[in-house]
Amino acid sequence: MDRRDFLALSTFFTGAALSPNIFGKAIAASQLQETIDIAVKKRLADAGLASAKAAGASYCDVRVGRYLRQFVITRERNVENIVNTESTGTGVRVIADGAWGFAATNAMTEDAVAEAARQATAIAKANARTQTKPVQLAPTPGVGEVSWRTPIKKNAMEVPIADKVDLLMGVNDAALNAGANFVNALLFLVNEQKYFASSDGSYIDQDVHRIWAPITVTAVDTTTGKFRSREGLSAPMGLGWEYMDGRAEDKFVLSNGLTTYGNSYDMKEDAIAAAQDAQAKLKAPSVKPGKYDLVLDPNHLGLTIHESVGHPLELDRVLGYEANYAGTSFATIDKRDAKFKYGSDIVNLFADKTQPGSLGAVAFDDEGVKTKRWDLVKDGVLVDYQSIRDQVHILGKSESDGCCYADSWSSVQFQRMANVSLAPGKTKMSPADMIAGVDNGIYIAGRGSFSIDQQRYNAQFGGTVFYEIKGGKLGPMIEDVAYQMRTPEFWGACSAICDESDYRLFGSFFDGKGQPSQVSAVSHGSSTTRFDGINVISTARSLG
Amino acid sequence: MTILTEAQAKAILDKVIAFSTADETIAQLAGGTQGNVRFARNDISTSGIVDDTDLVVQVAFGKRVGTATINQFDDASLERVVRRAEDLAKLAPENPEFMPAVQKQTYTPTNTYSESTAALTAEARAKIAEASIAPCRDKGLIAAGYLEDGTTFFAHANSNGNFGYQASTGADYTCTVRTEDGRGSGWVGTNVQDVATFDAGKDVQIAMRKAAASVEAQALEPGKYTVILEPAAAAGLISFMMNFFDARSADEGRSFLSKQGGGNKIGEQIMDSRVNIYTDPWNPVVPVLPWDGEGLPRERTKIIDAGKVANLEYSRYWASKQGKPETAGWGNVIMEGGTKSTADLIAGTERGILVTRTWYIRMVDPQTVLLTGLTRDGTFYIENGQLKYPIKNFRFNESPVIMLNNIDELGRAVRVKADEGSSMMLPPMKLRDFTFTSLSDAV
Repeated sequence: MDRRDFLALSTFFTGAALSPNIFGKAIAASQLQETIDIAVKKRLADAGLASAKAAGASYCDVRVGRYLRQFVITRERNVENIVNTESTGTGVRVIADGAWGFAATNAMTEDAVAEAARQATAIAKANARTQTKPVQLAPTPGVGEVSWRTPIKKNAMEVPIADKVDLLMGVNDAALNAGANFVNALLFLVNEQKYFASSDGSYIDQDVHRIWAPITVTAVDTTTGKFRSREGLSAPMGLGWEYMDGRAEDKFVLSNGLTTYGNSYDMKEDAIAAAQDAQAKLKAPSVKPGKYDLVLDPNHLGLTIHESVGHPLELDRVLGYEANYAGTSFATIDKRDAKFKYGSDIVNLFADKTQPGSLGAVAFDDEGVKTKRWDLVKDGVLVDYQSIRDQVHILGKSESDGCCYADSWSSVQFQRMANVSLAPGKTKMSPADMIAGVDNGIYIAGRGSFSIDQQRYNAQFGGTVFYEIKGGKLGPMIEDVAYQMRTPEFWGACSAICDESDYRLFGSFFDGKGQPSQVSAVSHGSSTTRFDGINVISTARSLG
Repeated sequence: MTILTEAQAKAILDKVIAFSTADETIAQLAGGTQGNVRFARNDISTSGIVDDTDLVVQVAFGKRVGTATINQFDDASLERVVRRAEDLAKLAPENPEFMPAVQKQTYTPTNTYSESTAALTAEARAKIAEASIAPCRDKGLIAAGYLEDGTTFFAHANSNGNFGYQASTGADYTCTVRTEDGRGSGWVGTNVQDVATFDAGKDVQIAMRKAAASVEAQALEPGKYTVILEPAAAAGLISFMMNFFDARSADEGRSFLSKQGGGNKIGEQIMDSRVNIYTDPWNPVVPVLPWDGEGLPRERTKIIDAGKVANLEYSRYWASKQGKPETAGWGNVIMEGGTKSTADLIAGTERGILVTRTWYIRMVDPQTVLLTGLTRDGTFYIENGQLKYPIKNFRFNESPVIMLNNIDELGRAVRVKADEGSSMMLPPMKLRDFTFTSLSDAV
């Protein structure tokens, strides 16, 4: 589920009320560039590991985390807010008497971490009394002292606030000059400084960076009372400030001029296009409901992959651990064993925690497992799931997939979605080639409304922009489009996938799961893809 | 840190105000304890307690604002957090929408605190989980659920001499019960201020009955049906709609409450005349803090009066710009109903569909507040006043505004909480022509 958190978040930050501490404590921008000495982190970790062992734990991991975020929020010609936050502390997880225990502390002292380890061990021993089966932890080798950093070119936290404000004010000006009535432009930067140590003998220091630059442009026609918004066509990415360079080679331009983006983003260019599109949306006709062949841009298809493939193939959902909240899954283990046909023969869906530029890329997950790429759906057949160390034995496997993540030092790590992507087509095909073969279709780019049932069968998706396709040609903009699908039929209707040269990442900062809820950031790659005979409804209504 | 008393909180806030050299200073001190227990597959899966208290200091030099936070309260730390906020304010650009701190206010306390909730222990939480799991285990059913409870205090002060302090409690329990073969699913949810009024062992029976009764689900054709939305099912749609009562968006022409030709729809009939929605901080069932985030005192305010828009929510900036009086942000939403229970509404229905829970609700078109989502965990066909048989879940595409024009009957309002919303009071609703657009195979 991609939660409404961001809506709530932006409302919160743009209000006149005091800044919240959802993401930690407010700090000065200069502190965003600081790091904790690795020797200090190792001393804290060793204190936790030794304390857990002495208390009777058979396994222990210690995560010393410093989580930094910066938000720059603007509307029209105003800077609404600039917020820098920091959250620092240590989480200790243990197995004692065959059960898990977890405790966390924000006091950065060896004594406090040792005490947290004792608490975690006591909780584990208490939980063991009612637990019916002991935890079975798949082995993972200790790797000694290693470090990894997101391969960024420029740390966005180092860019002066004034430069960021200038950029966003320029974007807003451009949109207003191009016909926007309202525009919101934001920067949202994340740096997770994570140190992981375990009783397996690993000391892993990772420095993870992410960036997002969303815009919303709104046009209003007061005479008709109509209003329409057009979101930006960027994606949150696991990149540094270089994402904002808007390089020509990262632009993907359709025959009608619609431009989408790959590894860098031209925010001002997209704001101008958004203003023009928002005005065009006010006048565009509604779609005629019926069956259409859909041509889906990667920045749209990513969310469909997220909901209809990423989530149902999370093993904890399959097993029922999320039954009360996010739900279970139609893709049960017996279906994998029976070689369930998830999609057409050309559909190859894979999980990958290593892909450069992706939001989920790390070298090791939050329980010290080396990350990798693996197949989920091979030639249309369901072959595997996403799992972590204490689940993988249920699948008959001996090695975790490396999908463990916690959104804070104070949250217990659990199974989260890897980057799940659709492999590009093997034969040469551009979006123009694909559109030329469609007689009666709709081209969709960007994310819109999205909703899927609790077992991930029935979904409905909107989009940002829609164009009619008639007789192999891209036609005018249309509005009020939503398609409805049943997951296996939808992927079974996949008839063509553009080649590797069209492959791009979509992303989400706010994938929500668990109770209490945790968020995680994840990317989904694909090339432009065609689905035949999909049911499209019109969402136009009247309030009278 | 345990719950600070009013005197302890005031002492800290007074020091913060005194340390400040800014033109004005606002400080908020909030904290408490949140406990939880989660269970799945008939076993407790996780449990935890989080204690946290934070001080937020916001200062202003002219229209330049800076904010800083800290969770240590010795004098040196308090002075440090004030200086940090001052440093940030001096670097910040001017905010043209800056509003000065509110003057000294008078608040009438609300009854937001229950001793029994504050006294809840880890053992008591485990017992609630066990009371949910044990009867399911006995009947061959599988329980997954979650209890979260909180005891919090909130204090605020500013350099105009304003001050407020109040403590609150709350608990939210949900449980999904499924049959072992995965063909039946039922749900129950209870949101209370006082855990003494809640009995998990009794509530879970509702979810168990619905799970067992929903096994042989039949498929109905999508289309327009008379529905009875239980309060929890209605909450997802109504709470979503209530997010869009902002006056500024309406005046700017980008809300369903914008008027054609300009302005907003205050005074216009937009729903059935039986619809009355209001906010009231002193409501005994869903009381909220007597002030909003700005420190303005909340008041009982009509939102929809006999189907007409009575009031919109104004930020202080927008109120001043529009020449309106400053009014506090709403803390709760209460929709009036009748006297009948959901069971009474079913008994009076010739043909219709009972919806237990709605799920994954998202905006399709803000122009009409068209929402899509699905039914879940107990959907039944009603014939001649009785639940006749379980039916497959549906996807709906419906606007709560249209829905509240199609009212057949409203039942008795109860306290509920939407999956992604806050506590409110809503009646069960019998509605005509509710739009289901496709079937879901999900159980």
